[in-house]
Amino acid sequence: MIKLENVSKSFGDKVILDGISVQFERGKTNIIIGPSGSGKTVLLKSVVGLYDIDGGQIIYGDVVFSSLNIGEKREIRKQIGMLFQGGALFDSINVEENVMFPLDMFTEYSIEEKRDRVNFCLKRVKLENANSLFPSELSGGMKKRVAIARAISLNPKYLFCDEPNSGLDPKTSIVIDNLIKEITEEFDITTVVNTHDMNSVMEIGDKVIFIHHGEKAWEGTKDDILHTNHDDLNDFIFASPMSQRLRKFLGR
Amino acid sequence: MGILYHIGRYFLFLRKVFSKPEKHIMYYKQAIREIENLGINSIGIVAIISLFMGAVITIQTAYNTTSPFLPPYLIGLAARDSILLEFSSTMVALILAGKVGSSISSEIGMMRVTEQIDALEIMGINSASYLVLPKIIAAMLFNPLLTLISMGIGISGGWVVGEFTGIITTEQYLEGIRYAFVPYYITYSLIKTVVFAFVITSISAYNGYYVEGGAIEVGKSSTKAVVFSSVAILMFNLILTQLLLT
Ligand SMILES: Nc1ncnc2c1ncn2[C@@H]1O[C@H](COP(=O)(O)OP(=O)(O)OP(=O)(O)O)[C@@H](O)[C@H]1O
Ligand SMILES: [Mg+2]
Repeated sequence: MIKLENVSKSFGDKVILDGISVQFERGKTNIIIGPSGSGKTVLLKSVVGLYDIDGGQIIYGDVVFSSLNIGEKREIRKQIGMLFQGGALFDSINVEENVMFPLDMFTEYSIEEKRDRVNFCLKRVKLENANSLFPSELSGGMKKRVAIARAISLNPKYLFCDEPNSGLDPKTSIVIDNLIKEITEEFDITTVVNTHDMNSVMEIGDKVIFIHHGEKAWEGTKDDILHTNHDDLNDFIFASPMSQRLRKFLGR
Repeated sequence: MGILYHIGRYFLFLRKVFSKPEKHIMYYKQAIREIENLGINSIGIVAIISLFMGAVITIQTAYNTTSPFLPPYLIGLAARDSILLEFSSTMVALILAGKVGSSISSEIGMMRVTEQIDALEIMGINSASYLVLPKIIAAMLFNPLLTLISMGIGISGGWVVGEFTGIITTEQYLEGIRYAFVPYYITYSLIKTVVFAFVITSISAYNGYYVEGGAIEVGKSSTKAVVFSSVAILMFNLILTQLLLT
């Protein structure tokens, strides 16, 4: 479980996050939604400590992460897997070496054990026979899946995904979404996903947080969303012409 | 942003680079890889440039010493000393600043803008140390060898051109090469090389590591890497020469 208390972050005098308090539950897919530029990526990067926050606290379990020094943060980060918006695979090494990298760095496994683990993770993301390909030889969806495999190779306790299905076709998106949900439940991970894709929300959102103007504007489950009267959230959900007609039909 | 800001951040960066490695074997493997990348792959260009520069220095010295009072072996001596003292350390370092510096800076800069550095950090790895330390070590270990190669080939270049153009005979050239030879010049040159290797790799890595933006910024950072490391090389050349030769 991760708890944010009154977290704020500015760049210069531009306030991006303005006192956000929220709790990300363990074994659940916690989804952050919000319009483009609302600060989702900044929030995620602040939670993992890539950005230093200006105020508030970030708490992992019972450790106040935000007041640790960099060495102590690194210890916590060894339990974190993260999927970046662009995949962020190491492009000088192939798929197998990418997924094996955390194992090389932090375990004393033999090469066979590491290979087994890599193949298990790649199988988990339904990506067999790609071991020797380089990132430049992969499609966008394959890159995302390799990145997920790399993120779970060390059995993380926390998984962060920034726009896991941006740039993917609807079918692949669903595959990735379900994968994230399955992994979360199977290994009882605390998962946080950034998205602006309402399909993902309805598919896997155990807990949904809506960020607007740097504040947490709404929080609930995916089922609550269907019945909300929150104006900004409704504007966000029913943005497309088709869904606007749906909105009129629903009388909201 | 001011020069002081960069100097301060550069030293903080170095502190990050030189903090304790996570796992030595991984750094060792990286260093071996970098010796190939930065060192072995530079042998070709160093050899070609040294050959031609040795030849040109010999021709120019011959052209400028037509007086009958000057013994011809002086040509060999002058070629030897300029190669040992300046050329094989400083000139080669400037060329490597162009070749190796731009490649280090764009490689690390690209890793920055594609979030690969963030990915390393998220795994709990000290990205500055993991990416940069092996490069610094590889260059500091291997560049002295490049300098020695450059000295050998440069002096041979002078001999070849003397022999072919007939401006100086082989005996005269060899006499000049041996005349009043100061072995310390080689030591001096190698000390400079090691310092320059550090300067090139660390400054270029610094420029790449703090790139913000995209492909254009990566390009700019690699230009800056070359410019800053070249200027730093010239400055350290002055300082080291003053310290070591006077
Ligand atoms: N490093 C930075 N320096 C200054 N401003 C930044 C930085 N990173 C983000 N911002 C600003 O913070 C705001 C939020 O950006 P962020 O990337 O978090 O949006 P987002 O919600 O992830 O959007 P998207 O859905 O398009 O990915 C933007 O206005 C952006 O300009
Ligand atoms: Mg984003």
